[in-house]
Amino acid sequence: MLLSEIKYLVLKDIKLEFKQRYAINGILLYVVSTIFVSYLSFAKIIDSATWNSLFWIIMLFAAVNAVSKSFVQESTSRQLYYYTVTSPQAIILSKMIYNFMLMGVLSLLCLVVFTALMGEFVVNYPLFISALLLGSFGFASSLTMISAIASRTNNNFALMAILSFPVVMPLLLILMKVSAAALSAGTVSGNMKFLAALFMLNAIVIAMSYILFPYLWRD
Amino acid sequence: MNNFLKNNWWKLLGVLLILYSITAGFLIDIPKVEGNIGESMRNLFFHVVMWFAMMVMFGTSLVRSLRYLSTFDIKHDVYAIQSVNVGLFFGILGIITGMEWANFTWGTPWTNDPQLNGAAITILAYFAYLVLRRSIDEENKRARIGAVYNIFAFVMLIVFIGILPKLASGSLHPGAGGSPSTVNSLNANMRMVFYPAIAGWIIIGYWLTGIRVKMDFIRQHLDNPE
Repeated sequence: MLLSEIKYLVLKDIKLEFKQRYAINGILLYVVSTIFVSYLSFAKIIDSATWNSLFWIIMLFAAVNAVSKSFVQESTSRQLYYYTVTSPQAIILSKMIYNFMLMGVLSLLCLVVFTALMGEFVVNYPLFISALLLGSFGFASSLTMISAIASRTNNNFALMAILSFPVVMPLLLILMKVSAAALSAGTVSGNMKFLAALFMLNAIVIAMSYILFPYLWRD
Repeated sequence: MNNFLKNNWWKLLGVLLILYSITAGFLIDIPKVEGNIGESMRNLFFHVVMWFAMMVMFGTSLVRSLRYLSTFDIKHDVYAIQSVNVGLFFGILGIITGMEWANFTWGTPWTNDPQLNGAAITILAYFAYLVLRRSIDEENKRARIGAVYNIFAFVMLIVFIGILPKLASGSLHPGAGGSPSTVNSLNANMRMVFYPAIAGWIIIGYWLTGIRVKMDFIRQHLDNPE
């Protein structure tokens, strides 16, 4: 029951996206122009530590931008309609899955453009990509919950940033640690501890959202 | 008078414990330690204690938020927000005493240390909680959404404080990287001051919260007397 509801809601979001198309194009353009601005200001990056921090800072801001739209774009009356036909758990999980797909596309694009402009620093691609995907998943799940909270307030966008930074910080620090290893001689098996920590973090966020979201939903 | 003491003995106990910890904290013998920490080690009775008091206040706030979500009684929400206010007060005192101490022993008020970053993020998260509450007008909605963020942020902070030292290569603070933790290495003399100080500040924290809660109720009553 829950699974089929989630399936329909995710498909609905994807269809909506393909119909309007401005959201995804907007966010992709945002990433590319941010990278281009940093390319113009840095000219050439020579050490991997700077590459790493810049990459993840851009990812963080892109993620906040991309996910913050998830609850605002739909009108109150439509949300009321969802309330009558589905369960709140299905709503939050479907939004997370949709945002994960969005973030996956976004992060891979970010990697390609960033590498093209800033130089190639990644040594171990399997490790870097797995960190990137787990990171996209983590960003998507925790920021979806935060955007649900922020969407219930009067000044949504400013709040989205302040509420999310403390919550995303543990995720971001582990990600930077793993990707720093992928930029030098780190291996997947050597960083299993951190990948497992990322996975655990995602599980905690999803479990908490599953429990807490129903309280946000009803009015 | 008798009744007064019966209801307020714990406040008196808190004041006495703190007066004791301040007096004894400056007077007792402390062990001589290598390095330039010297007599500044007495800051332990003031700085470290602040973090204990802060975490107890934030923990209380978490419990109140959980109880709010299970009962929807607005009383719990008032306790939750006022515990956070008092916890932030302790947190800021902890940062000030810590910066003073760090400036003396490490030569700089702020270093890139897991404990410092953890403290900074914790305080940021709770300031964000205050901003979140300010931006919602309706009382019940504010209480509910505030409670959800409070629970979410607290769990993430516990995770953060738990994993942060493992990510860092080492810490200037004791208790990380295999060195014994502060509390375990205290000698009996210092424990005699340290534990009463913690108890005293926690009692004062609860007292402050109680006063602020009463103020809140009075203000609400004045705003709409029915």
